[in-house]
Amino acid sequence: MKSKLPAILVGGAVVGVLGFLTFGSLGDNLVYYWTPAKLQAAAASATGATVRLGGLVKPGSVVTAGTVTTFIVTDPTGAAVPVRTESIPPAMFREGIGVVVEGTLGPDGTFVSQRLMVKHDENYTAPAAGQAPTGSFEPGQE
Amino acid sequence: MRRWEIWVGLLGLGMLVFGSYYGLMVAPREVYMGDVQRIMYVHVPTAWNTLLCFTASFVGAVGWLLTRSWKWDYLIESTIITGLVTGSLLAVQGAIWAKPTWGVWWTWDPRLTSVAVMVLSFLGILALRSFVDDPVKRATWSATATVLAWVNIPFVYLCVRWMASLHQTQSTPKTVDPAMVFPLRLNAFAVLFVVIFFVATGWRIAREQRKRELAE
Repeated sequence: MKSKLPAILVGGAVVGVLGFLTFGSLGDNLVYYWTPAKLQAAAASATGATVRLGGLVKPGSVVTAGTVTTFIVTDPTGAAVPVRTESIPPAMFREGIGVVVEGTLGPDGTFVSQRLMVKHDENYTAPAAGQAPTGSFEPGQE
Repeated sequence: MRRWEIWVGLLGLGMLVFGSYYGLMVAPREVYMGDVQRIMYVHVPTAWNTLLCFTASFVGAVGWLLTRSWKWDYLIESTIITGLVTGSLLAVQGAIWAKPTWGVWWTWDPRLTSVAVMVLSFLGILALRSFVDDPVKRATWSATATVLAWVNIPFVYLCVRWMASLHQTQSTPKTVDPAMVFPLRLNAFAVLFVVIFFVATGWRIAREQRKRELAE
């Protein structure tokens, strides 16, 4: 029993190192999405690569023409990236909401996306008194 | 089957039926997501209890490594199996919620990725257990692996705050309409009681198996 303690300490150290290697570097190198400011700052190397861009849909910027939807993604720094996509926006898509788009930044600074995902925040709101729920999803609707 | 287990299981089941009825029929319809948001009333309780289950496995693992008392090994085995069931349910519920809201069934964001790592690592530990015939080696090896696998659990919980992710951060009673908090809380305890039922049953099965193995 007495000889177990060093083994546990070594095991704990291994766990700590593994944890640091796994999660410490995740934050720096592996990001799920880039914010508009970071994407533009890295535009030289990011152009042409498949990346994800995340931010808020700028109110008033959504334009739908046929199968093409264009809008502007912004972040709190004020950076803005125009996005162009032919994917069908999820029903939750609207102005002001958070989105994550997968695609490539073109040489003209427009982000061309093949996949548009809508981010929901941690707020769950009941309809105000007398207000009909505007809940966007109905069964059978994509 | 012990009497208290049956009562705890039935209590959990009854609460789950009532809480889910309340969540589906009585709680208000969420303004932006509509009815699909009601899956929260099972998804969030499932998530909490899955993390709790694997944390109990961690407690069992540390307990075994320090004391070599068999009760900790029963706890490791029963909580890993139960956690894998709830963890699999968690992923399915999440996908069902994700498709109509996010627009995709799955994406490799930090939360979903770390949950996948969690479920697969504990599935690996369960596989490891089935490959080792010597009960003492099995307990020690799986306890060590459980300590390693558990390191991921705080990350599963906190990654949505630390990193850019598609999954939303934790809600608090302030960000959830009061009428939605009640069924959520009720179902959290309902799932907890059902989980306790399964862990207690798994514990007794593990104890019988260990007794038989050690008697041989």
